[in-house]
Amino acid sequence: MKRTHPLQMCLNGQEVNLDVQSGATLATVLREQLGLTGTKIGCEEGECGACTVLVDGQAVNSCLYPALKAAGREVLTIEGLSPPGQLHPLQRAFIDCGAVQCGYCTPGILLSAVALLRKNPHPSEDEIRRAISGNLCRCTGYLNIIKAIQKVSQSS
Amino acid sequence: MLCEDYVAASTIEEALATLASLRGEARIIAGGTDLAIQLQRRERTGIKCLVDITRIPGLDEVRVKGPQITVGAATTFTHLSSSPQIQHLAAALAEAAAWVGSPQIRNVGTLAGNVVNAQPAADGSIALLAMDAEAQIANLTGRQWVPVSSLYLSPGVSRVDPTSEMITALRFRAHGPREGSAFERMARRRALSLPLINVAAYVLLDADCTRMREVRIALGPVAPVPFRALQAEAVLKGQLIADDVLTEAIETVVRESKPRSSLLRAGKEYRQELIRTLTRQAILRAITRAKGR
Repeated sequence: MKRTHPLQMCLNGQEVNLDVQSGATLATVLREQLGLTGTKIGCEEGECGACTVLVDGQAVNSCLYPALKAAGREVLTIEGLSPPGQLHPLQRAFIDCGAVQCGYCTPGILLSAVALLRKNPHPSEDEIRRAISGNLCRCTGYLNIIKAIQKVSQSS
Repeated sequence: MLCEDYVAASTIEEALATLASLRGEARIIAGGTDLAIQLQRRERTGIKCLVDITRIPGLDEVRVKGPQITVGAATTFTHLSSSPQIQHLAAALAEAAAWVGSPQIRNVGTLAGNVVNAQPAADGSIALLAMDAEAQIANLTGRQWVPVSSLYLSPGVSRVDPTSEMITALRFRAHGPREGSAFERMARRRALSLPLINVAAYVLLDADCTRMREVRIALGPVAPVPFRALQAEAVLKGQLIADDVLTEAIETVVRESKPRSSLLRAGKEYRQELIRTLTRQAILRAITRAKGR
């Protein structure tokens, strides 16, 4: 029998309370219960990074992360990156640098970049490459993504 | 959906009691970066409940007490790779931790999970073998320290009974004067890539730093379980640091290890060449570090 448990977490700056199935992943709860479909599900085995969200500021693969593990923690998804109608500087830079094509990997890469720049506002190119090494993009070839992250780090 | 039920244990005793009460249908989860994939793919069945140990107070700590380092079972690879203490006092482990998976995997994946999952090329396990580490195994009858090297039974199977036991901590000696270690790895890319070969080396030099008093060499995946090159270690022990003895030891490593041709990794001959190159680099870097202490 599948059990449900109450889950309380701080999601995109707001406290949320909901009942989730005990064995659900965070990605499923975000997408299917909370309607936050900006978090993508790709490989479901921690290889592609499309499901990346931040938990207490650290990038995690939400497709492997038990939803109940997020209890009491701060979760940031792409929907919470900037106020409605506004773009985060990284989102603006991704557009300006042509770092988005199909867009499926973009939310995850943006969140990996946010985690990097919060910890290390002026990373080297190698540090940027390492920070996004858990995110696969099959369209852009990464160079414009790296340029976009550099653009934000240089302007801060 | 990973399973039917999920329990966040607040003590080790509660985690063990939960395992016992569910009679084989519960498993410990920390990072879950191996277990969650196995559950998603239905490679492991009959698991109804996950017992989360990451909220147990103190279990995610690295403690240095005198010459001993103790790593709690919920300590992540990110913690280990970025810890100045681990970088300084157990360099091979810090370097191995930095190689695991991806940032997302390292942020949740744990060293203890790496041991229990018992893959022959697990970066954390290879480093722990070179550190001559011990693991504390807890069950309802008590806790005991055992050598990590005794825990690997076959690929993916450890001596820790996942239905009734857990690793609570790992411990090893911090590097002192004239001790050093290093970790080397070759893979198709620098993230999310299986190692073709990984090697960890540890050395203790004599008082004037000319001879190797102790050497440990661990490597993977060259056997069904993480492998200690004991014969090569014996070749180096007590010897002057010199190229000919190093070459003899490295050829001994090649002889006593059994890398296979693998579509996932590479051909046997190429991997033997990697053993030569990476073992030499690991030993030489460990010696350089030992001389600097």
